[in-house]
Amino acid sequence: MSRIPGAEGREPLLRVRNLTKTFTRPRGLFGGGGETVRAVDGVSFDVFPGETLALVGESGCGKTTTGRAVLRLVEPDAGEVIFDGKDILKLASEPLRKLRRRMQIVFQDPYSSLNPRMTIGQTVREGLIIHGIAEGADADTRVRQLLEEVGLRGEYAGMYPHEFSGGQRQRVGIARALSVEPAFIVCDEPVSALDVSVQAQVLNLLQDLQRDRGLAFLFIAHDLSVVEHIADRVAVMYLGRIVETASRDALYGTPRMPYTRALLSAVPVPDPAARRERVVLAGDAPSPTRPPAGCVFHPRCPDPRRDASCSATVPPLEEKARAHFAACIKEPSSLTPRDQ
Amino acid sequence: MTHTPLLAIENLRTYFHTDAGVARAVDGVSLAIAPGETVGLVGESGCGKTVTALSILRLVAPPGRIESGSRIVFEGRDLMELRESDIRRVRGNRIAMIFQEPMTALNPVFTVGDQVAEVARIHDAAPRKAAWQRAVDMLEQVGIPEPGLRARDYPHQLSGGMRQRVMIAMALMMKPALVIADEPTTALDVTIQAQILDLLRGLQKRFGMSLLLITHDMGVVAEMASRVVVMYGGEVVEEAPVARIFSQPQHPYTEGLLAAMPRMGRAQERLTTIPGTVPPPTDWPDGCRFRDRCSYAWEKASEHPALTQVAPGHFARCHLALEPQRRTKAGAARG
Repeated sequence: MSRIPGAEGREPLLRVRNLTKTFTRPRGLFGGGGETVRAVDGVSFDVFPGETLALVGESGCGKTTTGRAVLRLVEPDAGEVIFDGKDILKLASEPLRKLRRRMQIVFQDPYSSLNPRMTIGQTVREGLIIHGIAEGADADTRVRQLLEEVGLRGEYAGMYPHEFSGGQRQRVGIARALSVEPAFIVCDEPVSALDVSVQAQVLNLLQDLQRDRGLAFLFIAHDLSVVEHIADRVAVMYLGRIVETASRDALYGTPRMPYTRALLSAVPVPDPAARRERVVLAGDAPSPTRPPAGCVFHPRCPDPRRDASCSATVPPLEEKARAHFAACIKEPSSLTPRDQ
Repeated sequence: MTHTPLLAIENLRTYFHTDAGVARAVDGVSLAIAPGETVGLVGESGCGKTVTALSILRLVAPPGRIESGSRIVFEGRDLMELRESDIRRVRGNRIAMIFQEPMTALNPVFTVGDQVAEVARIHDAAPRKAAWQRAVDMLEQVGIPEPGLRARDYPHQLSGGMRQRVMIAMALMMKPALVIADEPTTALDVTIQAQILDLLRGLQKRFGMSLLLITHDMGVVAEMASRVVVMYGGEVVEEAPVARIFSQPQHPYTEGLLAAMPRMGRAQERLTTIPGTVPPPTDWPDGCRFRDRCSYAWEKASEHPALTQVAPGHFARCHLALEPQRRTKAGAARG
C-alpha cells in the first residue's frame, strides 16, 4: 500500500504487514479433513494512537483470527506485526511478555472469559501482580479504582462472576484489560452478546476510556451500526483478505467494493418508512478451503460490471480515492494526478 | 380489530416454580393476531417473549407451568383445554415454529429430506414416497438449489442459511395458519439474514399465513411487522402499529430501547442508555416494573399501571398515558 488512510504525518502505534495464518483441519475418524484454510491471507493495516480501527466482516472472514494473531494468541505463519517499533513476531518470550502489558484484549463472551473460581477482584489484580505494577494494599486500592472506572462498585471486588449480569461481566473484562495500562486493546466483538440497552452503556464506556486514556482500539465486529458509531476507520474483510478500507465516513458514504455495498444494504433499517434498494446476495460465502480464483467475491458479485476478468485477476487493494482503498478491478480510481 | 383474530392470548401467566422462588416469566400477557398479519414481539433477554411463544404451543417444561386462568384461543378453540393428543395435532400442523438455532433444532442423524417428509407422514399419514416428494417440492419452494440432492444431506453438511431454509420448509409443510419464528435470523450473517427475511416475506404472501416474529432487533421488526408488541418484565408494556412504535413510542422503555440503538447514517456522539439492568423475574418491583430505570417516574410509580389506550390501536402500560403533561415537563427539566 502506498498510503494508509489517516496516515498523514503520524507514526502508527501498530503496523501489520502481510499477516498470514493457515489452519489445517485434522483428519477425521471417517476420513475428511486435511484441507488447509487460509484464515488470514496477507492482511496489512495500521492502527494509530488514540484511534479506533474496526475490522468488520461475516463469520469465517478471518477477523477474529487477525485480532488474535496480532497479539500472538495464535501464532501467525508469516508477516510483520510492528508495535512500538518492535516486530512482535520475532520477539522471544520474555520481551514479548513485557510488551503484552501494552497490548490487551477484551473478549466477546463475558461468561466464558472470566475464571469462575476467582473473585472479580482477583481477576483484575492478576495483571497488576504479574507485571509488577502494584502489590499488597496498593494493588487492592488500584483494583477498587479500576472497578469504579468501569462503572462498578469497589465493594464488588470480593464477588464472583456468576453474581453479575452480562454487561457487568463485560465491564470486569474491560477493567482487567485496563489494569496493566495498555496503549492498545483488541476488542473482539465486545458488545455482541449484550442486549441493546446494555450494549449502549458498554460502548459509551469504551469511548470514555479511549478519550481519557488515549487508547487505540482494534474493534472486531459484525454489527455495522455499532461499527459506524464507534470507528474512526474501517477495514472490511472477506475470505481472509481486506477488500476495502477507508475512513468511516468514506466507507459508509461511498463504498467502493461491491461486497461492502451489499453488506451495508443488507442491514435492516429501524425505520418502517424507509424504502431503499437492497442488494440481496445470492448463495453463501464460499468455503475458505477452496477460495475462488481471481477476486474471492466474484461468484456472488451482483455488480453489472463483473466479467471474465474478475475470475482471472486477483484484485490488488488499490487506492481509489484519497486514503480509500478497495480491491476491485472494475472500480475506477477517482484520484487526480495531483493526489498521487 | 374488527374481524375475528386467528389467535387471541388472554391473561397468559407462565411461572417457573424454582428453589429461588417463583419466576413470573410471563405475567398476564394478552395479545391477538389477525389472519395473514405479522406481529413483531420485541424485548430484551428475560422479558418473557420466548416463554410466551412456547406457552402458545404448550411446550413449557417443568418447573415452568401455565397458570390457570390463562386462555389461548386459536381458530375458536382454547388450546389450554385440549388434551395432549389434540394439541399435538395443532403443533406443526396449524401452528408451526421456527427456532433461532437450526443446528440444534434439526436431528443430526437423519437427512434433512427425511425430517421434512416426516412432518407429512405424521400429520397426513402420507406414504413414504409421496412424503419424500412433497419434502423435495417444499425444499425447492424455500429456495434450496438442487433440492433432490440436498434432501439427502445431513444437517451438518449444510450452511447455517441453508439449515434455516430447511427449518422453514418443515414449518410450512402443512401450510399452517400461524408460524411462530423465534429470532429466526439472529444466528445468521447479515447478508444471509437478508435472504431469509426476503424468503419469509415471499412465502407469507404465497401461503397467507400469520407470523408471530420474536426478535430483539428493531430493524428486523421495522422491515417485517405491521404491528409491534413490546414486552418488559413479563408484561406487554406497549402495543402499536409499526409506524407509530417508531415515530411516537409512548412507553419510556420503548423510547429508551429505540434511543439506545446505534443507527446507520445517523451519527451521534454518545448513545442514550437506559440506566440499570432488568430485575430478575423472581423479583419484579411492585407497581411499575420499569420504575427504577425510568427518568419520568414519580410517586404514582408505586401503583401498577394498566395497559391504556393512547390512540386507535396504540396501548401503553404507563401512568404517562393518563398524565401526558408530565412527559413534556420532565423533558424540559432534562433540557
